[in-house]
Amino acid sequence: MSLNVSNLTVHHGAICAVNQVSLAVPTGGLAAIIGSNGAGKTTLLRALSGLNKPTSGVVNWMGQTITAEKPEKLVRMGISHVSEGKSVIPELTVRENLELGAIWRKDGKEMKESLSQVIEIFPRLGERISQRSDSLSGGERQMLAIGRAIMSKPKLLLLDEPSLGLAPLVVEQIFQTIRDLTTQMRLTVVLVEQNAMGALKIADLGIVLNLGKVVAVDHAQALIQDPAVRAAYLGY
Amino acid sequence: MQLLNTLLIGITAGSIYSLMAIAFVLVWRSTRVVNFAQAGMALLSTYFGYEAVSRLGSFWIALPVAMIGGAIFAALVELILMRLLVKHASSGPIAGVAPIIATLGLLGVIKSVVTMIWGGQDLRIVAPISNNGFTINGETLVFSPLKLLVLVVVMVLLIMLSILFQKTNLGLALRASAHAPEIARLSGVRVDAVRTLGWALAGAAGAVAGLFQTVNGNGNFSPDSIEFSLLLVSGFIAAVIGGLDSLLGAVLGGLFLGISISFVLMYVSSGLFFIAPFVILLIVLFVRPQGIIGVKAGRRA
Amino acid sequence: MHKSKKQSTHLPLFILVGVVLFILSNFIEELRVSQGTTIAVYVIAISSIILLTGYSGQVSLGHGALMAIGAYAAAVLRLEFNLPIILCFVAAVLAAAIGGLLLGMAAARLSGPYLAGTTLALAIGLPSLANQFPILGGEQGREFKVGPPDFEPEVVAAAEPLTFFGNVLSILDKLQTTLATGAWPGASPMSTYKWWFWIAALAALISMWTVRNILNSAYGRSWRAGRGNEVAAQLAGINTARSKVLAFTISAGIAGLAGALLAMSIGTVSPSAFPLALSFSLLTGAVLAGITTLGGVIIGSVILVAIPEIADVVAHRLGSSESVTTNLPGLIVSGLLILTVLFVPNGPVEQHRARKAKHEAAHSSTKK
Repeated sequence: MSLNVSNLTVHHGAICAVNQVSLAVPTGGLAAIIGSNGAGKTTLLRALSGLNKPTSGVVNWMGQTITAEKPEKLVRMGISHVSEGKSVIPELTVRENLELGAIWRKDGKEMKESLSQVIEIFPRLGERISQRSDSLSGGERQMLAIGRAIMSKPKLLLLDEPSLGLAPLVVEQIFQTIRDLTTQMRLTVVLVEQNAMGALKIADLGIVLNLGKVVAVDHAQALIQDPAVRAAYLGY
Repeated sequence: MQLLNTLLIGITAGSIYSLMAIAFVLVWRSTRVVNFAQAGMALLSTYFGYEAVSRLGSFWIALPVAMIGGAIFAALVELILMRLLVKHASSGPIAGVAPIIATLGLLGVIKSVVTMIWGGQDLRIVAPISNNGFTINGETLVFSPLKLLVLVVVMVLLIMLSILFQKTNLGLALRASAHAPEIARLSGVRVDAVRTLGWALAGAAGAVAGLFQTVNGNGNFSPDSIEFSLLLVSGFIAAVIGGLDSLLGAVLGGLFLGISISFVLMYVSSGLFFIAPFVILLIVLFVRPQGIIGVKAGRRA
Repeated sequence: MHKSKKQSTHLPLFILVGVVLFILSNFIEELRVSQGTTIAVYVIAISSIILLTGYSGQVSLGHGALMAIGAYAAAVLRLEFNLPIILCFVAAVLAAAIGGLLLGMAAARLSGPYLAGTTLALAIGLPSLANQFPILGGEQGREFKVGPPDFEPEVVAAAEPLTFFGNVLSILDKLQTTLATGAWPGASPMSTYKWWFWIAALAALISMWTVRNILNSAYGRSWRAGRGNEVAAQLAGINTARSKVLAFTISAGIAGLAGALLAMSIGTVSPSAFPLALSFSLLTGAVLAGITTLGGVIIGSVILVAIPEIADVVAHRLGSSESVTTNLPGLIVSGLLILTVLFVPNGPVEQHRARKAKHEAAHSSTKK
C-alpha cells in the first residue's frame, strides 16, 4: 500500500469534519471517495495534502509519515493536490499557470519536457498557451488545473471535485482523462466526487464517507452494485 | 517653457512617489496590509544611506547600502511583527484595524528610535551631481541633471522590477502568492518566504524613495522632515490611484499624482502643497473608485 | 432584568462622578488639575474614536484634523465676534460635524486601509490650510486668553454688542461668573486651571453620557450590526451607508468639542497643536481603552497623560541623554500600541470581562 491513512480526525473549530477515518490505496490505484455534501470529503483531502491540520491520526506515504506536513513540502515528495473549483490563477497566463506547477523543480530542461507532455495530453492548452487563464472555458480550466498538478511530476494525485460545474459531455471527458493518466503514468489517485456514478465507474476502489466517517469500502464495481449505495448516492 | 518645466518637475517627483507606491503595492499584495510604517522604513534606510555616505564618501555606494538595509529591516518586520499579528489579532472587532494600528505603532517606534540614535537635527546628504537647472536658449530650467538622474535611476529600477516579476520564477512565485496563496502552496511555493521577500523588496524600493526624496529636495532630512510625511501620503495615494494591487498602476498613479501636484502648485497656489494630494485623492475616489487599473473587488473588500 | 438595564442611562452615576471631581479639584495641586483638563480632553476625543471605530467599524487617522476644525471655529468666533464660550463650543461641534459629514460621505464608499489612508492625508493636509487664510493666523497661530470672568475683566468688558443678542450674552456671562465664584469653602484659590478643569470635566461627562446613550440606542445597534456583517445588516433593512455617515458626523462633532476645549484651555490655536501625532495618540488611547469599551476611555486617557511623566522618571533614573529622554514617551506610546494590538487586542476591560464570563460559564456548568 502506498497511501495509508489510519484513524485520521480533523476538526473545523468545534465541528468534527473527519472522524477516525482509515483507508489504504495501493500504488497505481484510483480511489474514489464519494458522499453527500458536508460528508467531510474535501476536508479529508485537504488533510492529506497538508492544507488542513489533523487533530489526530497518522498519514503514511510510501513508508514515510507525512501527517501535518506543509503542502509545499509534500509537493516535493510527489503529492499534488488539485483543489476544488478549477484551481487556476486567473491573473496568470496558461503557460504561467503550468510553469507554476514545476516552479520548485530546479532544472529547466525537465520542466520543458513536462510542459510538452502536458500539452500532448491537453492539446487545447497548447492552443491557448499565451492567453490569460480567465479566458478559458470551465472544462479547459479544469484541464489546466490538472495539467499544473502533472507539471510537478506527482506520484500521488489528489483531485477535489473535478466534475464540478461542467457540462455532462465535458465531465465524461475529464473522467476518462483521469483514468488514462492513472494507468499511463502509474499514478496513485484519490478522487473526491459528488458525481458518485462517474467516479466509481473509473475507480478501482470506492470509499463512502458520511458525516465524517467511512461507512463503506469496497471495489468500485462492487459498490455500484450495492443496493444501499445505489439508493443513497447513485439515485436509482 | 513654464509648462515644460512644470511637467518635468512633476514627472521627477512623481517617479519618486511611484517607487513609494510600489512599496505599498508589494506589501499589500504579499500580506494584504497597508503598511503605514513604510515612510518610517524609508526614513531609517535614509539614515543607513547617510552613514554610508559619511563613511565611504560615495552616494553610489550609499544607494545599495540603503536598499539592502531597508530590505533586511522590512523582512524582519514581516517575520516578527506581521506573523505575530496574524497569530494573535486575526479575529474579533479589532481584526480589521489591527494591521493599521500595528504599522502605525511601528512608524512611531521607528521615529522615536531614529531620533534617539541620530538626534532630531537636520542631517545632510549631498547630491552626487548638480541640482542647478539646465540652460536652454539662455533660459534656465528648474529641471536639473540631478532630477534627470533621479528619473533615469527610477526608470531603470522599475524596468528591473518588471523583468523580475514577468520573466523569472521568483516573479511567478510572487505573483502566484499574491493572487492565490493556496494554489501557490499546492504548487510548492514557500508562500511564507515569498511574503517576506515581498516586504524586503518593498523595503528596498522605499529606501530609494527616501534617499531620492531627500536629495531631490534640499538634501537635508530629519526624523520630523515633512518630506517623509509627504512621501507616506503621496505613496499611499499613488498606490490607491493605481488600484493598490497593480505594479503598473502604482507607477502610473505616482506619475499622475506628481504631475497633478506640480500643476496645482504652479498654476493655483504654492500653499496647497499638503492639501493638494488629499483633494486629488478624493476626486479620484469619487470619479474612478476602482483606480486606474481597476480591480473588480473594489475598495470595500 | 435585561430591559431595565437597557433603559437605565446611569445619569446619577455621571452626576456623582462630576461632584466628586469638582470637590477633588479644590484640593489637589495645580499641575494635576491641568493634567486633569488634558485627560478630560482625551476622554472626549477618544470616546469619539470608540464610537466610530469600535462601533461603526470605520478607522480614522484624521480626528486630529477634525479637532483642529473645532478649535479654529471656536477661536475665530471668540476672537472676531467675542461670543461667549458656550456658543463657541456649540459652533465648534457644528463646524467639525459638518467636516465629518463631508468626510463621512467619502468614507462610506471606502473601507479599512483606504479610509485610514484618506483620513491620514487629511490629518497631514488640513492643518496646513491655516497658512492660506490670514484669519487663522498662519504657522504661529492665534492667541486668545479665556479664563474665569473675574480673572479676565477686559474680555468681558469688550463684549458689548447691542440689543437682544447683547442681553443673551450678558446673561450667559453672569452664569459664568456664578460658576467661577462658586468655589468650595476652604478650597485652593480660584485659578484659570481650575476653571478650565471644571468646564472640561463637565464636557467630558456630558459627552461620555451622550455617547453611551447613543451606543445603546437603535443607531448604536445598527452600527454594531453593520460592523459585524455589512451584507447581513443591509438585508435586515439597515441603510449601512447612511448609518456610517451618521456615525462619522456625530464622532466628528464630539472631536470638534475636544479640539475647542484643548485650544481654549491652553489659550492658543495653531497648526502645530494638531500634528499627525495627535491623531495617532487618540487611536492609541482608543486601542488601550479597548476599542469597543467606552468605560475604558478613562484608562486610555490617563495612560496617555501619564506616559510622558513615567518616561521622564525612567529616563532620569537611567541617566540617559537628552535625545533619549525626549523620545522615550513616543517610543513607549508606540510600543504599547503594538503590544496591545498583539496581546490584548480587545483591550484590558474586554479581556477581563471575557475571562470573567468564561470563568462564570465554567462555574455554572459545574454546578449543574
